[in-house]
Amino acid sequence: MVTTFHYLLLSAALFTIGIIGVLTRRNIMIILMSIELMMNAVNINLIAFSDRLQQVTGQVFAVFVITVAAAEAAVGLGIVIAMFKNKETMNINEIDLMKW
Amino acid sequence: MLELVLFYIFAAIAVVSAILVITQRNVVHSAAFLGATLFAVAGIFLTLHAEFLAGVQVIVYVGGILVLFVFVIMLISVERAEHERQYNRQWTVALVTSGMLIAEIAYGLYRGKDSFVLPPAVVPPAVAATGNSELVATALYTSYLLPFEIASILLLVAIVGAVVLAKKRTAAEE
Repeated sequence: MVTTFHYLLLSAALFTIGIIGVLTRRNIMIILMSIELMMNAVNINLIAFSDRLQQVTGQVFAVFVITVAAAEAAVGLGIVIAMFKNKETMNINEIDLMKW
Repeated sequence: MLELVLFYIFAAIAVVSAILVITQRNVVHSAAFLGATLFAVAGIFLTLHAEFLAGVQVIVYVGGILVLFVFVIMLISVERAEHERQYNRQWTVALVTSGMLIAEIAYGLYRGKDSFVLPPAVVPPAVAATGNSELVATALYTSYLLPFEIASILLLVAIVGAVVLAKKRTAAEE
């Protein structure tokens, strides 16, 4: 039988994969994709508890998370394009303009 | 039983493609595997009786965000990034700390496992008759109307921000 435990574990696994992607990769596109993975993990959590508690609130907040993900993707990709126009690279280690 | 089989199929697809997303050298392949993960997560939503969210996941994530990603990948050149080093120098530290994080979460979840056992789904007759989309819509437009409006403002700000970031500088600004 599938319990909420299964869903929470799956969500934790996806979230950790997203964190590993953000921490280890140097390509900014893959970092943005890893952030999307983490948001999906959060959504699985919200909907698992929505199903367990028989309340629709979790699903409503999952809709908001998807909205924020869409806004984040739009702004993030805008930054990527602006960055590529200036430095012709997708490597985050070369983007150190604001590093002290 | 069917539920368990479906869960394991979708979970395996989601986790394996997620790992492939962060290990591919070519960004286009990463985007394709991200699509597989998103579809599998939509399937997970279906097993959780969230049909509306599964539809939104496919339409907004796969149809919107992922296409936007692929569009941007096509605008910038990917060849150079393929021949560079793919991982940061601190990748060992990152792997160790992430492994500790997942171990900690899994241990905590395992300790509280018994409190997560789903009670046999008691769906009130009214809920069973209305359906998922109506329930979400009712909650969204009554109890959560203000967050809904704030989300629309957020989207407007994101649109303006994306346009400002990506547009060409005019001669007057330079």
